[in-house]
Amino acid sequence: MERIDLAKTSLRELNQFLHHEVRKKKIKHVEVINPDGAHSIAAGVDAPVKIDIRGHTGYYCAGMNKQAEITVHGNAGPGVAENMMSGLVHVKGFASVSAGASGHGGTLIIDGDASLRCGISMKGIDIVVGGNVGNFSAFMAQAGTLVVCGDAGDHLGDSLYEAVIYVRGKVKSFGADAREEPMTKADEKKLAELLDKAGLKYKPKEFKRIASAKSLYNWNADANQEY
Amino acid sequence: MSHRRIQKEESHTFDRTVIDYIQRAAATGLYEIRGLGAKRKVPHFDDLVFLAGSITRYPLEGYREKCTTKTVLGTRYAKKPIELDIPITIAGMSFGSLSANVKEALGRAATECGTSTTTGDGGMTPEERQSSKTLVYQCLPSRYGFNPDDVRKANAIEVVVGQGAKPGGGGMLLGQKVNKRVAGMRTLPEGVDQRSACRHPDWTGPDDLTIKIKELREITDWEVPIYVKVGATRTFHDVKLCVHAGADVVVVDGMQGGTAATQTVFIEHIGIPTLAAVRQAVDALEDMNMKGKVQLIVSGGIRTGADAAKALAMGADAVSIGQGILFALGCNNETYLQRGEHHSAIADYEALGTAPGYCHHCHTGLCPVGITTQDEMLEQRLTPEVGAKHVKNYLKTMNMELTTIARACGKSDVHHLEREDLVALTVEAAAMARIPLAGTRWIPGHSG
Repeated sequence: MERIDLAKTSLRELNQFLHHEVRKKKIKHVEVINPDGAHSIAAGVDAPVKIDIRGHTGYYCAGMNKQAEITVHGNAGPGVAENMMSGLVHVKGFASVSAGASGHGGTLIIDGDASLRCGISMKGIDIVVGGNVGNFSAFMAQAGTLVVCGDAGDHLGDSLYEAVIYVRGKVKSFGADAREEPMTKADEKKLAELLDKAGLKYKPKEFKRIASAKSLYNWNADANQEY
Repeated sequence: MSHRRIQKEESHTFDRTVIDYIQRAAATGLYEIRGLGAKRKVPHFDDLVFLAGSITRYPLEGYREKCTTKTVLGTRYAKKPIELDIPITIAGMSFGSLSANVKEALGRAATECGTSTTTGDGGMTPEERQSSKTLVYQCLPSRYGFNPDDVRKANAIEVVVGQGAKPGGGGMLLGQKVNKRVAGMRTLPEGVDQRSACRHPDWTGPDDLTIKIKELREITDWEVPIYVKVGATRTFHDVKLCVHAGADVVVVDGMQGGTAATQTVFIEHIGIPTLAAVRQAVDALEDMNMKGKVQLIVSGGIRTGADAAKALAMGADAVSIGQGILFALGCNNETYLQRGEHHSAIADYEALGTAPGYCHHCHTGLCPVGITTQDEMLEQRLTPEVGAKHVKNYLKTMNMELTTIARACGKSDVHHLEREDLVALTVEAAAMARIPLAGTRWIPGHSG
């Protein structure tokens, strides 16, 4: 295992090490200490490496991640795992705004709460939040799954496309075109897999399914100005 | 025999265009969506002329003396700035709005002319990357198809905050253009209307933008330039914020800039003319002492070498063209060229309820000349070879016009053109560009 101390090493050196040396030397495990809220830690990693970040991170931790398994042993700032393509990002604490924004793939697990716009514009990523999510979560979400074990704020799933949201607690309000639908066996299976992956003991039957009513899919005069 | 007189006094407030608008709105309950840019007349580069050499200035020989056009963009932070042979670049236009053949044609033409082309909302196609020596990859609010592999293949990244045709608005691609390939690239179901977001999903203000730019630099190991593109509104302040945020290059797109599909009310009523925007942008760079350190690209209604020369004289480092490129490809032409023969497209224009010279139906996907379409049959009306040749000829012509003007003004480098070489023909243009009215020293609102 390689240990990198961000109190002694610059962010640029860390990321270049993760981009190049990890692949070249086939390093399997990296520990980052003293992150001290730095931005863009482990952004753009593309290697099957396990990265443990011991502390809180700033913006865009694990941004555009491919393949790597990244754990934040603390809280994460805005845009954690933004545009992730594959791999796993696990935030042991809370996540700020836009967690998993525009993520194309992989899994993002947040043990605590996630703030506003969690899963905004998601394109295939699976996100599991142990706590609550803020307003406008899954805004314009195109594909993938957002699991919320607590409550959801206002305008959940506004302008949804094909992404599906499962919420265990209360939803303050739905966004335009989002609606509750009956849970199917396939939903329960998918949800059980994600809860198991996140190490959460909730039962799929405790959740409700929210998806797009698809009334905004094509331009028409009856969309009540929501188009 | 008595002749009955028909009175034809048209209202200025409710002219036939306005009546047609009201009746269309009443019939449909929907705003109009269309392509291309503002059709209203606004002060533009036509309202400026050059003061060439005579006795007070010394011109260069038009056909013999050297006049360089080399342009370097992204010198502030990037390890690998963009080096272009000409200061005329091709603006971002998406695969989806344009056919794959067209995107390939643009790449080929740009490569042959030594300039860059730009992706668009919808990601990077392999054809485009392969055909383009220098490709700028846009990071848009939608992030359709945006991925780290293509980020690392790009020669520059352009963070798009807005575009001149619709500052404050997101993109739009109606369902008829969302075929299997386009849908796959954008992670959308086939046939649904694609509505792009107007704000980025992971940053909201200038402080966030600073951090976003740094993230992109970290991902690309600080190698490629980062551009920021804004639609022209509060341009002076926007450009300052782009510079503060760490942009290598700022792209300012005026209201005459085009789009593949947007509400007409956006196109005609939001944003400021390119002429006003370029002056504000240059003022911002000069105010921050960043002129020459951060490069400025201007777009929005650039059509000719004269427009390019005027933009450069005003202080731009390069210009970018979208609609001009489409017209070079044959947009609004009466015919299309297929297998060496010209075929009439008139009937297809009529089917859209329009005619050559007036068409702005890019949003329908039924482009009569095969440019803004995903239809398998229509897109065959423009091959990459023919398209590339026409675009190359257009860019070459523009560049020759640019150097002709520069030489007449006594410049051996087109980047030496300066504001002092220009005068304005109208009071409005003089006020917006802050260039003296021809024959006077008067700059309205500035010098008395």
